[in-house]
Amino acid sequence: MKYIDEFQDPELARRLLDEIARTVTRPWAMMEVCGGQTHSIIRHGLDQLLPDTVELIHGPGCPVCVTPLAVIDKALEIASLPDVVFCSFGDMLRVPGSDRDLFRVKGDGGDVRVVYSPLDALRIAQRTPDKQVVFFGVGFETTAPAIAMTVHQAKRLGVRNLSLLVSHVRVPPAIEAVMRSPDCRVQAFLAAGHVCSVMGTSEYPALADTYRVPIVVTGFEPLDILEGIRRAVRQLERGEHHVENAYPRAVSAQGNPVALRVLREVFTTTDRTWRGIGTIPDSGWRLSDAYRDYDAEHRFDITGPAAAEPAVCRSGEVLQGLIKPHECAAFGIICTPRTPLGATMVSSEGACAAYYLYRRLSPPHTEEKASVD
Amino acid sequence: MGHGGGGALSAELTRHLFLPAYGGETLAGLADSASVTLGGARLAFSTDSYVVRPLFFPGGSIGDLAVNGTVNDLAMSGAVPAYLSCAFILEEGTELSTVGRVAQALGAAARAADVTVVTGDTKVVDSGHGDGVYLNTAGIGLIPESVDIRPQRARPGDVVIVSGPIGQHGIAILSVREGLTFGTDVVSDTAPLAGLVQAMLAATPEIHVLRDPTRGGLAAALGEIATASDTGVVLDEGAVPVPDAVATACALLGLDPMYVANEGRLVAFVPRTHADAVLAAMRAHPQGGGAVVIGECVAEHPGMVVARTGLGGTRIVDPPLGEQLPRIC
Repeated sequence: MKYIDEFQDPELARRLLDEIARTVTRPWAMMEVCGGQTHSIIRHGLDQLLPDTVELIHGPGCPVCVTPLAVIDKALEIASLPDVVFCSFGDMLRVPGSDRDLFRVKGDGGDVRVVYSPLDALRIAQRTPDKQVVFFGVGFETTAPAIAMTVHQAKRLGVRNLSLLVSHVRVPPAIEAVMRSPDCRVQAFLAAGHVCSVMGTSEYPALADTYRVPIVVTGFEPLDILEGIRRAVRQLERGEHHVENAYPRAVSAQGNPVALRVLREVFTTTDRTWRGIGTIPDSGWRLSDAYRDYDAEHRFDITGPAAAEPAVCRSGEVLQGLIKPHECAAFGIICTPRTPLGATMVSSEGACAAYYLYRRLSPPHTEEKASVD
Repeated sequence: MGHGGGGALSAELTRHLFLPAYGGETLAGLADSASVTLGGARLAFSTDSYVVRPLFFPGGSIGDLAVNGTVNDLAMSGAVPAYLSCAFILEEGTELSTVGRVAQALGAAARAADVTVVTGDTKVVDSGHGDGVYLNTAGIGLIPESVDIRPQRARPGDVVIVSGPIGQHGIAILSVREGLTFGTDVVSDTAPLAGLVQAMLAATPEIHVLRDPTRGGLAAALGEIATASDTGVVLDEGAVPVPDAVATACALLGLDPMYVANEGRLVAFVPRTHADAVLAAMRAHPQGGGAVVIGECVAEHPGMVVARTGLGGTRIVDPPLGEQLPRIC
């Protein structure tokens, strides 16, 4: 069974890199929206192999990174309650709230469980009817359908002891927020392929037109990413700005109709706060009125005070592509995966974590620059 | 939780809590087993506890692990393992037939590894205070004359050899624990490695370091060796053997095979001039048929492991912090 090797072939990668180098006549900056793409780029060293004139800017597409501190604090408070089973994807467990993380809650006796599918939470709810089971609904359009299906099934089966703490976010409004920033340097986008495999591409032509920016739907393996970059560079050099699908093996223009149907039944769009960035209009999902009973924030009386983000942390600027991780004075000095200041260092998909894990051999800054007020 | 994952947090617990409390130079080596002298004989001495869930998994059981894990820890100092102790901690209510199956598996693994279980213990804890069966084994073995194998002996110029494909044990456990299937069955690689080590030593006593990359995987094992010897390690990522099913499972879950546990593999640091002889000996042994060179030891970036990616870039391979956590998407 081979799904990966074909998309990491060094010879094909070299050909794509050569073509990109031949095509580029001047500097271009493009943003890969998704943290999974950032991780792949840094892990495989793609940015080291591209011509200096092609700059990759890391985007806001890491669901762990952008989940606000206030929501983490709510999660910690709910998970600490007696008779609650708190279910989460694995990478949320190390994300610090104001004073602790879910690992600490688990260590202190909270029933915190890592699940691989939200449907696991439904099964736990069915097996333990005397407990309240709460699922931490975090992610982009990629995870939202499965979570929507879980709630849909719970309602259909009459399972009443399951609820969601929802912090879902949507990609297109984030792209718009990036483009509207007065400091924006992004000239093209590599859109997240797995988001488009659910949503299709219909949300993107208006963005490409409005902001005159090429948008190339791109996958996650090295060859996928290089092909996305090749197409983006080609559009930029030609002065074009339209939507291209460079990930046709997973993405169709209409998306996944079954996923979209359940998504639109269970969720409705809402304004959402992004950690480090602020509130972006219409950029999130919340449970629709028909499913309001399954909202953990309504079911539990929680008030969790949220502390302010550390002032020295510049993860918001990293998330918006305004600086690279190593341009933050705290990077690798007082902010490491072990002692993260911001969520971009906590998440395995976060740009800061990727730079720390894979790139800190070349010291990013001198002792003077490293001093932190 | 993370302190038991075999990564940086485990190492910190040992260095900052256990070592100062215990004292003693033998412990400070922090190898898989301690080398001690008794009555003129050089002994390797090691202990390990096994808390795996489920108790039976594709390719083995907790009984196999309890023997092979301790045998391998002894073998990683070049010792010939001889005797084991075995302690059972049973959760009240566990079926005796289950305990019997574990004991049978343990006995069979001991015979296969050519070691004798000579002492043991049984305790029962209240229901709800264990996962059925926990095991602890300790073992001793004799270290032959002229053999000096320990992490501190890695030298620039050594080549790094791995004995076969990585990641199978961790993915096999994950597949049954979480009910995940990856299109094909992944079977644990659990196996005793003392015979392989003796075959390698017969080819040359000039083996500097051996390590079995268990919890924390290849990344943790190489990171520990780089730190202990104050040298750097450069890996050729494309040369690291990762079975397709393991690679696929890792890609689906957002895990890195370099960090996935193994129970029947070893990494060896060998002077370049002896590498061909060691490789030939390994490949002639049933446990080393997949042996390949995956990198080298260098003077640059001491304490760090760096991988050359298949596409020509480079990246750091850090020791894991604790357990790997699957990604959201």
